[in-house]
Amino acid sequence: MSSPPVTGPATVPEHRGGPGPARFRPRRTPPAGTVRPSRRGVLSHWRQYLAISPFYLIFIGFSFFPVLYSLYLAFQRYDGLGTKQFVGLQQFEFLWNDPVFWLSIRNTLVIWVLSTVPTLFGALVLATLLHSVRRFKGFYRIALYVPNVTSIVAVAIFFGAVFSNNFGLVNAILGTVGISPVPWLSNPWLIKLVIALLMTWMWTGYNMIIYLAGLQAIPTSIYEAAKMDGAGPVRTFFQITIPIMRPIILFTVIISTINGLQSFSEPQVLFASNAANQNVGGPGQAGLTTLLYFYQSAFLNNDYGYGAAIVWAFFVLIMVLVVINWRLVQRGRKS
Amino acid sequence: MTTADTTRPVTGTRRLRRPRGLTAHVFLMVAVLISVFPFVWTIVMATNTTEDIYKSPPKLTFGSHLLENIRHMLNTIDFFGSMLNTIVVAGVTTVLVLFIDSLAAFAFAKFDFPGRKVLFGTLLVFMMLPLQLAVLPQFILMSEIGWVGMLKALALPALANAFGIFWLHQYIQNGVPDELLDAARIDGAGFFRQYWNIALPMIKPALSFLAIYAFVNAWNDYVWPLIVLTDPSHVTLQVELAQLHVGHTTDYSMVMAGVLMAALPLVVVFAIFARGFIAGATEGAVQGS
Repeated sequence: MSSPPVTGPATVPEHRGGPGPARFRPRRTPPAGTVRPSRRGVLSHWRQYLAISPFYLIFIGFSFFPVLYSLYLAFQRYDGLGTKQFVGLQQFEFLWNDPVFWLSIRNTLVIWVLSTVPTLFGALVLATLLHSVRRFKGFYRIALYVPNVTSIVAVAIFFGAVFSNNFGLVNAILGTVGISPVPWLSNPWLIKLVIALLMTWMWTGYNMIIYLAGLQAIPTSIYEAAKMDGAGPVRTFFQITIPIMRPIILFTVIISTINGLQSFSEPQVLFASNAANQNVGGPGQAGLTTLLYFYQSAFLNNDYGYGAAIVWAFFVLIMVLVVINWRLVQRGRKS
Repeated sequence: MTTADTTRPVTGTRRLRRPRGLTAHVFLMVAVLISVFPFVWTIVMATNTTEDIYKSPPKLTFGSHLLENIRHMLNTIDFFGSMLNTIVVAGVTTVLVLFIDSLAAFAFAKFDFPGRKVLFGTLLVFMMLPLQLAVLPQFILMSEIGWVGMLKALALPALANAFGIFWLHQYIQNGVPDELLDAARIDGAGFFRQYWNIALPMIKPALSFLAIYAFVNAWNDYVWPLIVLTDPSHVTLQVELAQLHVGHTTDYSMVMAGVLMAALPLVVVFAIFARGFIAGATEGAVQGS
């Protein structure tokens, strides 16, 4: 459990092939001129197909087919009980004119920006600090990573208690210095701020660990050379560390885009959104994220067609943002 | 304090470097305090009475009402029943994910077969898709086969863990030498013997990472159990905890006792395996980039 997976180039010499039937022959980068496996190869590889079949059967049944089926549902009217009725683009038309949908998109984007920017920035700063110290490294890594393995439900209940308008710890502390109670869980902006703080708390350590691995992979000789040339620590950081780390930063930005836009449990637990409590997303629906709106439409209102339309429109949005972020990080390289 | 270093012309460097060790530790300790504080404060709330929490200013020290709060919580919800459900689901999911994913990853990493690239590529694409795209049809599917409300409905979708295959694939490719497989093949070992006798023992570190990863994910999973476990008396720990929160917002010390009891097992598991787990998480992420 202690040794990390082997990375870097394989230490295996380039000896391939050998005698024996093809089906047992381990694969490696084939030498130039190798013939591609023939049709006959399909049958002779039945063991490999058998090996991957458990995964692919479940994958097709519970991932591949459902994703396509939800696209199909987005063009239907269906409440889960009656018959499906093809309605063309009506769900999307309704979506386009639905103010609550756009509110949920706005909420999601605000929460995402408020959480991702401090998370990634804080993670980079902490990773740099952690990389510079010699002692207690293991302790810091574990202590800062722990939030990420804690359940969102527990964390959301905790944040709800600490930021409670009436008896929360934060307002009590503010009260001792004479600040009147702040309506953390009823002001539309503060609601988003609390959710973003929660996500920042959970994800900073995770991203820090990734950055730290990237920092450790940078050869020290580069820094020695920079030092020889008279570069200070700040310049070294921006002109050497950041450019080398760019692929890893890109990775974290994309992961944070995909994960950060999918906030659901945080507001759902924080504001106890269930069938009995139709006030989904808190006061003024300020914490209604798009996935929470999807949950409300599909599972609380049983409007399957509309739920599918929401989730697909949302997916398109995520992809657009991923591409934009990708471009931004890539363009930074050229300048 | 006067380590003369004439080779370096930039004077600012030395001034910044000298206290860096200490400054870094101060900042890191502040971060650790922020990171650990919720756990400490949860304990404070769970050991005091609700009146103490509601008081202004609230009680800031550990109290003596922990057992009372826990007893109260156990009388309110079926804590151990839902915990047992969670353990069963997380355990079964973990074992099956390890087997299914390692077998497929071995085939992908070490053998060429027609369609390999397309199949693996599909898997990578779906690894990036938001799971929510599939949730609604998954629910419809579960109600078609009559599994809504049942624990087996929880485990099944989690078994298609694309990340696990991707991750083990990277590990096997570099961590299992072809020579060993060649040698085994010459000795007459077929595909499944190569997998079982050679690859599996060599990828134990990767498997233990994936085991913790899958277990933690299954333990903490909330969205899918919330949707598919429609019977409120037969749920997992996370859903039970959320129900406790909804139904008893006025009794915070009891709710916090539940939070504490639900979070504790996982924190302990994590603390035991943390070193290897973080190393594994890092490798997976860096290789993924």
